[in-house]
Parts: sequence; structure tokens; C-alpha cells
Amino acid sequence: MAHLRIENVRKSFHTKRETLDALASVSFDVCAGQWLTCLGPSGCGKTTLLRIIAGLLEPDSGTVALDGGRPRLGRSAYLPQEDTLLPWRTALDNALLPAEIDGRPRAAATAEAVALFRRFGLCGFEAAYPAQLSGGMRQRVELARTFLAHRELLLLDEPLGALDPLTRAGLQAWLLEVWTELRRTILLVTHDVEEALVLSDRVLVLTSRPARVRDDVCLADWPRPRRRADLRLVAERERLLDTLAREAKP
Amino acid sequence: MIRKLLVSALWVVVPLGAWEAAVRLAHVPAYILPAPSRIAVTFVEQSPMLARHGATTLVEIALGLTIASCLGFLLALALHAFPSFERAARPFLLASQMVPVFAIAPLLVVWLGYGIWAKVVVTALIGFFPIAVSESDGLRSASQSAIDLLRSMGATRRQILTKLLLPASLPALFSGLKLAATLSVVGATVGEWVGARRGLGFLMLEANARLRIDLVFASILMLTLIGLLLYVALRIIEQRALRWREAGTSERA
Repeated sequence: MAHLRIENVRKSFHTKRETLDALASVSFDVCAGQWLTCLGPSGCGKTTLLRIIAGLLEPDSGTVALDGGRPRLGRSAYLPQEDTLLPWRTALDNALLPAEIDGRPRAAATAEAVALFRRFGLCGFEAAYPAQLSGGMRQRVELARTFLAHRELLLLDEPLGALDPLTRAGLQAWLLEVWTELRRTILLVTHDVEEALVLSDRVLVLTSRPARVRDDVCLADWPRPRRRADLRLVAERERLLDTLAREAKP
Repeated sequence: MIRKLLVSALWVVVPLGAWEAAVRLAHVPAYILPAPSRIAVTFVEQSPMLARHGATTLVEIALGLTIASCLGFLLALALHAFPSFERAARPFLLASQMVPVFAIAPLLVVWLGYGIWAKVVVTALIGFFPIAVSESDGLRSASQSAIDLLRSMGATRRQILTKLLLPASLPALFSGLKLAATLSVVGATVGEWVGARRGLGFLMLEANARLRIDLVFASILMLTLIGLLLYVALRIIEQRALRWREAGTSERA
């Protein structure tokens, strides 16, 4: 059963001077428990797509159905691209924000968050303020907050984009481990082809703006963990990079 | 630390020493400019009277500042909650600041009498605007991505206000409060000049009329101390409320 179904979604932004077509008829399904990654040239409308799924934007036409229909705000766990930790809250209190918004009992939520902090390698930093944490740790706190939202669908907008390659590779492996354990549906947006191939069950390649689905690669039968130097992966990476390069051209 | 204190002390001691020397060497009469030592003696001798008048002024300032904070905060909230009200009210709000508060102080004395209320109102009118403007700006300081994050979690407008916009506005609110506290000393003093039977402003005018310039200076010193006290108190509350800001400046993990 499709957990998330997107059909012919179209979105344009209007300013006084011009109209910007972000999405031109995007359609795809995501199954429960699947890891789907959206690849695309920068500025192609990937973030717009995530914001529409999160319910922050409405499409001009087309339908977005998350577990059927109903309003989408509050139904998925959205991790925006920008740093969104609240500086006046400790790491733990930041991670507890979704539970507070939902009105869940604090004691149970705290116990769960503390356990997850251990799992996320954040043990001992519960009382630290975001300004006291390194970039990699802040990112893990944001991911912890996203997992603690108790939503079936996670929408991750370039969660590892701003990190150095080493931290990034470490967090990728770790994210995969956590996902294998907690089994949520993930929709990841990235412009890193390798990241997409190493992590996902399925990769969607979007065209440059206005975006539509250009390519749909199924990797579900590729065993994990995947090596970056694996010949099949390298070949696929070259092919996708080629596609993207042709897309990026005007 | 000790070095820093010594340097700060020099900034006080040297000008005061120069003042003292100039007055003594040039034989400036005390009814024109008294020496700092003379002012100090007067301050100590007249301290019961200064404390009595100071207490009146402090009460006026405290009441005025409290009223200004409450009204300024509520106005900022109202401007935030009703954008159409903001568009309608902003020109009037701005125009109200072009009215010189000091000019209407005599009117306030006519309406409210010689008691403390005219001064409280002057102080409140002066402090109100910086607080309202700072808080109004502060409520806009949260990033759009943080607002989107809370919305995506299904937060209500009220939750977005209490969990995001209000905490984000605190640094701006404290800037406004500190500015208002500084201005409030001026407000209360001017209010007392216009018509009063008590307070440091009143004492200053009386002393001035009798050429007791040393007492004028002692009153100014007392007013300065009150202003400083308010500022330091606010600073301590600010540091408590914004502990996370101090955390950022200490070393990173």
C-alpha cells in the first residue's frame, strides 16, 4: 500500500515581475518503510516538494495524499535545511519539542529522548545549549528531534549538507543504522549522488526547474551496507552524474 | 581582573582630581562650582534627606516603568496578533512620539495634581515607546524556517507564540527595558521639576534657587545611583533569563 501518493503536483511562485515554475507535474508513490531519495540539480524545486508534502505549502494543482487524505500539517516529521535548533533550549529540550507540541506526557517523552540520545551518541550533552555543540552534534540533535516526533514519514532536506566529508560519511552510516532499527519511511532530498546510492531503496532524479521526475532507480535489492567503491555503484553514480549534468545545462 | 579594576578606577580618580585641583587653585566659589570633596561631604551629611526624596523618585520610576512595560508589551502583542491593527495604528504611534512628553508634563500636573501620579505618567509615557518597539521587533526575530518547523509539527498559533516567538523576542525586550529604565530617570526628574513637593527633582530645584550647588550635585549623584541600580538589576535579570546566550560564548564542546 502506498504510504504517500503524489499525483501531478504543480507549483508556481508569483512575484510582481515574473512567474517562477517550481514543479511541473510531479508524480510518485512511496511505500511504508521505504527510503526514497530525491536527487536534482540545485534550485530545481526539491525543497518546495518537501514543503508541500509537509503541508507548509499547497500545490497549485494535483493531489498529495498521506495515508489517504486529511490535512498534512503535523502528520510528518520535517527537518528543514537550515539550522532550526532553538538556541534558548538545551539539546534535550529541543528534542522534546515535538512531544510538547503534541501534548504528550513529559516524563515518558524525556525517558525516551534520553535513551535515544544514548543511541545517537549524545549522552552527556543533554543539558548543553546548541551554541556549545559542534556542527555534527547539532545535526544529530536535529535528527533525534525528527525521530522523536513519532511520525511515520520523515522528510529530510539535505540533513548532512553543511558538514565536512568525514563527519558526513560517519553520519550517513549511522543514519542508515538508526533507520534499519527504527524503520520509518524516509524521503531524503540531496544533491549528493553517492549519498543517494549508498543509503536509499529508491532514487528519484528530478529535472531542472520546473521539476518533473526524470529517472526512477530501484535499489531495493542492493545489499547494505554498500561500499562506495563497489563497481555497480560506481557505474550507477557515473550514469546519474551524467544525467544531472545534462539536466543542469540550460 | 585587578588590572581592569585599576584602569576603571583611574578613569574616575583622574578627572575628579583635576576638578578638585582646578576649583581649589582658581578659588572658584562654591555657589558656582563646588569641589568634589565638598559634594561628597554634603552627600553624606544630607543622606537622610536625599534618601527620603530619592525614595519618592524611585517609587515614581518603578511605577512608571512597570506601567510602561505592561502596556508596551501588550501593545506589541496586539500589533503582532492583528496585522490590520498594526497598519492602522503605526502612524499614530509614531506621531505620538513626536509630541514632546516634557511639554505636556505641565498639563499632567494640572490634571493629576502635585502628587506622584503626574510623574508616574510622564515616566510611563517616555518608557512605553522603546519597550513597545523593541518587543514588536523582537516578535519578528524568529526565523521563517523555525516557524515552519513548528507549523510542520502541527503547532497552534498559540504554541508558536509561547514556544518560539516570545522566547526569541526576549533579547530585544531587554534592550528596550534597559533603554526605558535609563529614560525613566529623566522622566521622573522632569515631572518633578514641573510641580512637586517631594523627590530629587524638587530638591534640586530648591537647592538651585538657594545657590546650594553642592546639594544640586548631591541630588544628581543620587539620581545617577538610582539609574545605575535599575540598570544593574535589569542586567542581572537579563543574564538569568538569557543564560543560553552566555553559554554560547564559553568554549565549545
